[in-house]
Amino acid sequence: MKRWARMVATLGLTATTIALSSCGSDAPTRPLTIVGWGGSSQDAHRNAYWTSFTKTTGIKLREDTWHGGVGVIRTKVIGGDSSWDIVQVETEDLILGCEEGLFQPLDWAALGGRGAFVPSAVHECGVGAMLWSYLIGYDGDRIKGPGPQSWADFWDVKRFPGKRGMRKTPKYSLEFALLADGVPPAQVYPTLRTASGVDRAFRKLDALKPNIVWWSSISQVPDLIGSGEVAMSVTSPGRLIVANQTEKRNFKVSWHGNIYAVDYWVILSNSPRKAEANELLRYMTRPENQMRLPTFIPTGLTSVEAGKRIDPRYKRDTPSDPANMTDALALDGDFWVEYGDQLTQRFNAWVAR
Amino acid sequence: MASAPQPLVEFRGVEKRYGGGTRPAVAGLDLTVAKGEFLTLLGPSGSGKTTTLMMLAGFETPTAGDIMLDGRSLAKQPPHKRNMGVVFQNYALFPHMSVSQNLAFPLSVRGMRTQDIAARVDEALALVRLDGLGHRRLDALSGGQRQRVALARALIFEPDLVLMDEPLGALDRQLREKLQAEIKRIQRALGLTIVYVTHDQSEALTLSDRIVVFADGAVQQIGSPQSIYEHPANAFVAGFVGENNGLAGTVTARDGDVCEVRLDGGEAIRATAIGNIAPGARVVTTIRPEHVGMDNGIDSYCNRLDARVDELVYHGDHSRIRATLPGGATLTICAPRGRGIEPAEALPIGWCADRCFAFPADDWVEDPLGDAQ
Amino acid sequence: MTPSISVQPGSVRATRMPRRWWTFALVAPLLLFLLASFIVPVLMMLSRAVTDHELADSWPKSAAALSRWDGEGLPDDALARTVAAEMLATRQAGTLNRVANRLNYDVVGSRTLLYLTADRMAAGAPGNSLADLVRIDPRWANRTYWSAMRHAAGPLTSYYLLASLDRRIDADGNIAAVSREQAVFVDIFLRTFKISLVVALLCTMLGYPVAYLLASLPERRANPLLILVLLPFWTSALVRTTAWVVLLQTNGVVNGLLEQAGLIDAPLQLIYNRLGVYIAMTHVLLPFFILPLYGVMKGIEPSAMRAASSLGATPLTAFLKVYLPQTMPGVAAGAIIVFTLALGYYITPALVGGGADQMISGSIAFYTNQSLNWGMAAALSLLLLIPLLLMVFAGRTMARTVPA
Repeated sequence: MKRWARMVATLGLTATTIALSSCGSDAPTRPLTIVGWGGSSQDAHRNAYWTSFTKTTGIKLREDTWHGGVGVIRTKVIGGDSSWDIVQVETEDLILGCEEGLFQPLDWAALGGRGAFVPSAVHECGVGAMLWSYLIGYDGDRIKGPGPQSWADFWDVKRFPGKRGMRKTPKYSLEFALLADGVPPAQVYPTLRTASGVDRAFRKLDALKPNIVWWSSISQVPDLIGSGEVAMSVTSPGRLIVANQTEKRNFKVSWHGNIYAVDYWVILSNSPRKAEANELLRYMTRPENQMRLPTFIPTGLTSVEAGKRIDPRYKRDTPSDPANMTDALALDGDFWVEYGDQLTQRFNAWVAR
Repeated sequence: MASAPQPLVEFRGVEKRYGGGTRPAVAGLDLTVAKGEFLTLLGPSGSGKTTTLMMLAGFETPTAGDIMLDGRSLAKQPPHKRNMGVVFQNYALFPHMSVSQNLAFPLSVRGMRTQDIAARVDEALALVRLDGLGHRRLDALSGGQRQRVALARALIFEPDLVLMDEPLGALDRQLREKLQAEIKRIQRALGLTIVYVTHDQSEALTLSDRIVVFADGAVQQIGSPQSIYEHPANAFVAGFVGENNGLAGTVTARDGDVCEVRLDGGEAIRATAIGNIAPGARVVTTIRPEHVGMDNGIDSYCNRLDARVDELVYHGDHSRIRATLPGGATLTICAPRGRGIEPAEALPIGWCADRCFAFPADDWVEDPLGDAQ
Repeated sequence: MTPSISVQPGSVRATRMPRRWWTFALVAPLLLFLLASFIVPVLMMLSRAVTDHELADSWPKSAAALSRWDGEGLPDDALARTVAAEMLATRQAGTLNRVANRLNYDVVGSRTLLYLTADRMAAGAPGNSLADLVRIDPRWANRTYWSAMRHAAGPLTSYYLLASLDRRIDADGNIAAVSREQAVFVDIFLRTFKISLVVALLCTMLGYPVAYLLASLPERRANPLLILVLLPFWTSALVRTTAWVVLLQTNGVVNGLLEQAGLIDAPLQLIYNRLGVYIAMTHVLLPFFILPLYGVMKGIEPSAMRAASSLGATPLTAFLKVYLPQTMPGVAAGAIIVFTLALGYYITPALVGGGADQMISGSIAFYTNQSLNWGMAAALSLLLLIPLLLMVFAGRTMARTVPA
């Protein structure tokens, strides 16, 4: 027993040493670290905010990228790795991470008060970074004349022959199925909270299933549409609009029945640079700074003032434009936190059949 | 030698060139192997002896000429139809099989019945004195035992001809000598025809009925061990087979087979001229250590010189004297038993002209094997 | 002679022992490092598959009371009161989510029920009896929620492992299959093994001739080919996958060539289905098969094949009886490496596969990263680990029976 005790003590000491050396050394020397989703959205944030932030304040920034999943952050915080300060997270990650205490509650007064932002951009632990949406995208060179105008059209493979690209998750798929089945946007989540509503969504998906090509990374979508592999696809508009500008494509999107969601900035609770992180959050949420973002990427703005003053040229491509909001549906993060496991399991079983 | 038995194998003008090489690995080879004969191909590495063996086994194809077995050309015969047992340098045993399985392999590919195979395997194990080790795995055997397995495997299917490629090269000296005797015993007992490749001239002398000396892809001499040793055909054979002293010099006169040579140190000696050498030609004269006499034994010899002892080299069963001639050349002499030798002692030596050969100098190789021995 | 023989090995062992300790001391830092940075964390993670501490940590009194409850009928008022009190306390302390999420895994809807009940009590609703709770939400009269709580009281649980096998403990305490809509993991496990097996077989069939070619070429010519074999190692998964998409899609290169050659009339579906998964995974994993086999083949004496043919074996027999058996350790090693690596794949199947091609690691990643249900992630990992260990064991046994 004694030998075991000594061995355990030695092991503990070693583990502590390793843990200390991994979390302690990095913090004082590394610059403020901000983590985005890479690609065009990270480029846009850099161009709109980060370069000028460093220029004005002298605070150096380090960038990192991730692909979501609050488990990554939980592992870091529990494991004593404090290498990240500010992270761009999705709604469910925000809810789960905030409940777990992984994120620092925000000082809303310093950010200009909750009223300065659109309501969905305000959360105890996070402030809206951008507003984006999932909708129907297609290639205007392949579907000539009037394109799909609703999810019912998306389901209509007689009028629009060809495969359909959909994201291989129950999230979005079930909502779109109910919208296609005629459920009004406001009733989608109440319906999904009932067992019969879920059955109804899966029945509707059954009808389209033979024609669905599932994608798992949004980066696959421009290729899927551009190559004609699918006639239309669930997509977010950003990449298609950027491809139209940079690659001279003729991609089109239909805003009808889009589901919009907000990405949030959060400060990790184990960040050693909370003061600087707060300063960067203030800088990124100021209307005059946020107005620059749509010039780099078609995205909705979370600052009420910025939304009013946005250049009309960019306005019609942003999810927050009132014209694009008429029959839109806001993603219900709470619903997915509660039903995500069960529905993902059922969805995976269904998709494999 | 008795009257020549019926030839089993015949090489006719065989040549082997490897792709792109200008120098053939084997050139103009004419050679016969008689039934029941133990023929050794002897030569340094790269001399063409292994290539010759591999052509016979069928693993290499001659670029010219033909090889006949029992009067039939082997040109269209793949190795597995030649019915020759081959013992390879590194044994080439099958490591995933037991000893018995290795021995059974040539029998089972010939479709022999299982119980017959077992009997033959036991027989073969007894032949190479490995009784009872059939179940062993190869990595549980010593080097010598593996060699015996390789030998038994090459014999078990009663091949027309057994080819051995440096089969004892990896063994230490004592084991090698033991196995040499073993191979000889089995060859005699079974009346095997063996073509044996080695670079070890003493092994060749011990085992062979006939020796073929190779150098640079060409045959230098074919003959019995005795004729190769006693009457080398050229300076290469003289230097390669057995120990020999080489003394460089110039021919001053020639009278029939006998010539006079002025050594580079100034001494004049008489030697048997080999080949086309005329006065003025540069030659190497060779005299074997055991043919050098001393003291009173030299009275009848035509070559008598005063040497000085450098050192006595002890070999256990005999000793050698390293001595220097007045002109500075050194040579090795067999030391007679019972005569005390002191360093720096003046030593009258001498040898007979018919033991001493003069060869054209350009064939001489001072150290034919490099560091191989 | 005899005494000296019997003494010698003993003395040899005696001198060897300290030296063995020395070598152990030299690798000790690495062992400790592995232990601290790999083995211990992995074991800690896997232990979540069978432990249940969320409820016991957050609601200690309720956990004790729940363990005492026999699980028959509905709980008494004392138990309801204890649960209600701790529910309210943890809601106010901001830690209710731990219990809520844990119960929600088992019975979906528990999360809302707990938050709603706690918020109503915070607003003044009484929670002193079962009847009080039922007045707040009638679901409290449903035994399912109470049974789930009882099972979650810890410290050990079979919930995660059972759920990984599409089983659950129903309200009556029996192990039962989950509903057909929810039954997914057994299928995914079987599919994962099947895909891995097929990929290992494809790698064996395609890789063996390549390794043989490489091993039979002189080094000077084998090395450039080896680099070609290794190329997939050095390209990112995304680039590789994109390349496959370009080649295999409906209007892709392969379909174009086949149509031009007149072999097919309509494009074949080569991607976004199982075929695409097999093609892409075989491509990625082929080097892992070829390299160990190449090493083994390089170690086989070429003279063994010559010996076989000199002994009368035709080239085919020589290959089958002499060469092939000697390469089996390499084949086994390569196939086991490919199989085990394939078991862990999920990005490639996700990108080039269809709906029915998701592998178990995809589910593990989902529970680890997305839903934070680490108990499920650990249980699925544990079940995946068992056949993996069996494979490693089988590989060792096979390596022992066939000498290298």
